[in-house]
Amino acid sequence: MLQALADGILTGSIIALGAIGLTLTMGILRFANFAHAEMITWGAYMALGALALMGPFMAPLGALSFGLPLIIAMVIAAVLTSLLALMIDHLVFRPLHGRPNDMTIVFSSFGVSLLVRMVVLLIFGGSAQYYSNTLQIAVPVAPGLRILPDQLFVLGFTIVTVISLHFFLQRTRLGLAMRALAENPTLARVNGIDTRVVIRWTWVIGASLAAVAGVLYGLTVQLRPEIGFHLLLPLFAAVIIGGVGNVFGAVVGGLIVGLAESLSVFIIPPSYKLAVPFIILLIVLYVRPTGIFGSAHHAGAK
Amino acid sequence: MSGHLFQANNVVAGYRPDLPIIHGVSMHVDAAEMVTIIGPNGAGKSTMIKAIAGVLPISSGSVTLAGKDITRLPTHGMAAASIAYVPQTDNVFTTLTINENLLLGASSLPKAKALEQVGKAYDKFPALKQYRDKKAKVLSGGQRQMLAVARALLTDPHLIMLDEPSAGLSPLMVSDVFARLRELVESGVSVLMVEQNAKAAMAVSHRTYVLAEGRNRVEGVSSALAQDPEVIAIYLGAGGRKR
Ligand SMILES: Nc1ncnc2c1ncn2[C@@H]1O[C@H](COP(=O)(O)OP(=O)(O)OP(=O)(O)O)[C@@H](O)[C@H]1O
Ligand SMILES: [Mg+2]
Repeated sequence: MLQALADGILTGSIIALGAIGLTLTMGILRFANFAHAEMITWGAYMALGALALMGPFMAPLGALSFGLPLIIAMVIAAVLTSLLALMIDHLVFRPLHGRPNDMTIVFSSFGVSLLVRMVVLLIFGGSAQYYSNTLQIAVPVAPGLRILPDQLFVLGFTIVTVISLHFFLQRTRLGLAMRALAENPTLARVNGIDTRVVIRWTWVIGASLAAVAGVLYGLTVQLRPEIGFHLLLPLFAAVIIGGVGNVFGAVVGGLIVGLAESLSVFIIPPSYKLAVPFIILLIVLYVRPTGIFGSAHHAGAK
Repeated sequence: MSGHLFQANNVVAGYRPDLPIIHGVSMHVDAAEMVTIIGPNGAGKSTMIKAIAGVLPISSGSVTLAGKDITRLPTHGMAAASIAYVPQTDNVFTTLTINENLLLGASSLPKAKALEQVGKAYDKFPALKQYRDKKAKVLSGGQRQMLAVARALLTDPHLIMLDEPSAGLSPLMVSDVFARLRELVESGVSVLMVEQNAKAAMAVSHRTYVLAEGRNRVEGVSSALAQDPEVIAIYLGAGGRKR
């Protein structure tokens, strides 16, 4: 039970990272971007590629399975994922924006997600890969609860990222501009904000968070080209639970989904685990379509 | 080239390229002048000032401010070009605090200057100060209007355009808003406002344009137009039009 709780929090925090990026881009760009999940895959594999080039696993840090190269690889992955997002926006989404039929852009994001996954498959192949071969010893923290040092790192890193993002949104001019754009793009422009610049930064932040989520996920499971696809439903569930555009909500949503998945094994057979986010999503959409923290009126980024 | 501070010449604009709403409207505003635009519902008053503000594309005609062509300037460049716009609806960010709304109004200024200007805005509109860190959604209609005007003035614009600044306000608030605008004009700022409250607006403004069906209908000195039988019959009869 305790172990399931810990696992749930861990998965939940990774879902939360991905969901923050998704909720930000959905709140500001106003469409459901199904390609976001593939940014996670792309980020995870870009880090793998960067590690391979760096000559990977020299000197792990303390009890962790990886060393400084992985951190550098994560930064490189964030940059490469941001570039991919900016390119997709420039080539696909921007030309479609403001079309009368809003569904076009949503479907095109489906197309883009397939494309990205196929490119990853083409470059890296379909078999499972790992960042590190180092075997880690789980540390018993309490009776019946063992945690890998890597998992502690993932949790700590997520917390730091969420807090930094909160301060960024609340305290900086760019963060303020992003919140303004989420509420009312026209009024934002009237106020002298160049919304194209803000949108680009939104992509960079969303994609970087996706890349980080991908690398952290890759640390705790094996890398496969489908990891993003498998996260798609949990991500959307987390975003909708928290209310579109609500960063804090996405974190709580991510934790709820992660915990529900891992605790569900006590009630339903483990093979149904993947259906859990779907069920949560249905319940939330039925009971409170604007999400737990979403206001009925505006889906502004909080 | 004339010496008007602001000039719009034969502006054609609309929401879709194939469907113009404004069919060649011209108007001008001089320095420290207050000008009113009136006209029936759907005449295109809002559309006209949206086009000037760069919110809608202008398909032909030109707009100049202080001799500079601003016809194709993107919306976000207007603030720096010294022209401010207060929309008819949704003119404050309800999910942001009063202070954040004001900071946003100063987006086009360097940070230090922005903070200085926000400080001055609280001096000019002391009533806003007590709501500094409250979300704008708690404000009343009149307070929102005040915030929207304060925000528009942060960049010290030459021209401020307002779309129905008195809409939904109590009679007392209406005269207050007009008095504030009048003070602005006396301090050298030019005002171009759309108004439903034709009588009151014409009483405070220098000149008035009447638009109908996306075209200039009548124009002139407000006090003279207020005596014009046609204008009286259509716009000023029975205490003004109700929507
Ligand atoms: N967002 C929009 N998209 C398409 N057409 C619009 C839009 N807004 C207004 N219109 C049309 O443009 C025309 C002019 O509208 P506009 O809002 O400029 O009128 P107005 O003079 O401001 O009227 P009111 O006194 O009601 O504010 C109307 O026929 C209206 O239907
Ligand atoms: Mg109007």
